[in-house]
Amino acid sequence: MNHFEYARPSTEGEAATLLAEHDGNTAVLAGGTDLFNLLNRDLVAPARLVDLKSIPSLGEVTETLDGVRIGAAVTLDTLARHPLLAGRFAALHAVIDGIHSIQVQSMGTLAGDLCLAPNCWYYRSGYGLLAMRDGESLVETGRNEHHAILGNRGPAKFVSASRFAPALIALGARLRIVGPSADEVTLLPVEAFFVSPKTDRQGTTVLRPGQFISHVEIPADGETRSATYEVLQTEGLDWPMATASVSAVVSSGVVRSARIVMGHVAPTPWIAHSAAQALVGQRLTEESAASVADLAVAPATPLSENEYKVQIARTAVKRALLRLAEQTSTEGGVA
Amino acid sequence: MLEREDSPTASPPREGPAAVSAGAAASGDTSRSGFNRRDFLRGSGAAIAATAAATAAEDAVAEDKPATVVPAKAVEIKLNINGADHALKVEPRVTLLDALRNDLSLTGAKHVCDTTNCGACTVIVDGKPVFACARLAVECQGKKVTTVEGLTAGQNVDQVVAAFVKHDASQCGFCTPGFVVAVKAFLEANPKANLEQILKGLGGNLCRCGTYVGVQAAALECAGHGKEG
Repeated sequence: MNHFEYARPSTEGEAATLLAEHDGNTAVLAGGTDLFNLLNRDLVAPARLVDLKSIPSLGEVTETLDGVRIGAAVTLDTLARHPLLAGRFAALHAVIDGIHSIQVQSMGTLAGDLCLAPNCWYYRSGYGLLAMRDGESLVETGRNEHHAILGNRGPAKFVSASRFAPALIALGARLRIVGPSADEVTLLPVEAFFVSPKTDRQGTTVLRPGQFISHVEIPADGETRSATYEVLQTEGLDWPMATASVSAVVSSGVVRSARIVMGHVAPTPWIAHSAAQALVGQRLTEESAASVADLAVAPATPLSENEYKVQIARTAVKRALLRLAEQTSTEGGVA
Repeated sequence: MLEREDSPTASPPREGPAAVSAGAAASGDTSRSGFNRRDFLRGSGAAIAATAAATAAEDAVAEDKPATVVPAKAVEIKLNINGADHALKVEPRVTLLDALRNDLSLTGAKHVCDTTNCGACTVIVDGKPVFACARLAVECQGKKVTTVEGLTAGQNVDQVVAAFVKHDASQCGFCTPGFVVAVKAFLEANPKANLEQILKGLGGNLCRCGTYVGVQAAALECAGHGKEG
């Protein structure tokens, strides 16, 4: 681990200024559940860590005109029990529930999850985001059982590490981004946050030096229902093999609109637009869920060792849809 | 791992119980036996210890006005561990785990995976269980830190520790302190937890010997479920 300064700003503007200094060679510290892994392996070597946990506005969950706004320093255990989230955003609660560790739940944050670096073992071993050697992808010719099955024709073959992005995208969430100047604020849909990098230096998100996520905003219209299904390999703390989050408006048993988003299958969260479109006008049944899941994984181009993930992802989509069907059927004759 | 300005090799220990107790007084450490390596190294003479006490007091005053940026060099900080204040000098990059183990000789929390996977370094900070390998010591100023040592102070053995003993919930024992602290924190938040909840909550702690059955039995008993539960 390199030497670094530690900064504890008390306002958002101060944080942006502190992050922009040192030519932007700085890092945001919130939960720290992954940052220290990167520091220990010298995968990042920031000149300064900027701790967001003392900024009051970032520690709050507040009601907005159309939903809730969650500060970047709010931890997952707080979200799980928060009255403003109770009884809604089922897709989000399911992800928190799948993180089998009280330590990660009491340290981790939504914004931190969205900024996670890939868990690709080539990246973690120092081969870079793209793991290229002499113009060839080490992933393509090497061990790729956990790598991408979708969106993997470009140089990036890793899978996005974010567990919450599929749920947040399905729920139509937006990010409030502060920086690089102290008074600059950008609002961005979560799906526009992620990047499939073309170079090692590009990173996995649109965040520029000096920028940070201050809040996650989730709209709530009262009629959208959501669900998540993560395929987990172990009972303990682990990353999903594939995950799917879905949201839909169902009336009189018929799907009026839907979103289907898969995670851990591509270098970014993967939105299955045509599968979601195919669900509209249908009833949520075992058969429709299965055929829509087939559509969702139809474009898959698995690598040499990960064809099995196609079935895993298909199952995730199908079971997420069936969870959604359970919810709508318990609401009194709608399914 | 780190080059410390107060590296133990820089000042070999020389002498004396009197110096040790003076050093302990300087850091305000009244827990355990009142003895730790930092104080021992510092206390190579009453005069030096007295100087150290004065320095620590001045720094503690300076800390009351928290600077926004802590420079990338060793700084005096104060940590509250198991109810006692400790003054120590660490770089910002020193984790809470390293500060506990290397500077304060509290070696209950273990340094194992360094990848926030195994839970052996679990401590409680302001009531919440955290991986001490993923918290900076400087982050923990002004917070209350509880380590496994705090659950066994004197005659007051915590019921979680007693349940671990009763159910033989350790084999090699290296993961045990992390498990004990995690179970303690988990039950504070979920006092009536069932087995399913316990398995989910404690998935962040690994035992290579595989003594999970004993740990589960201990946790279940503390949650008010007997052997039948």
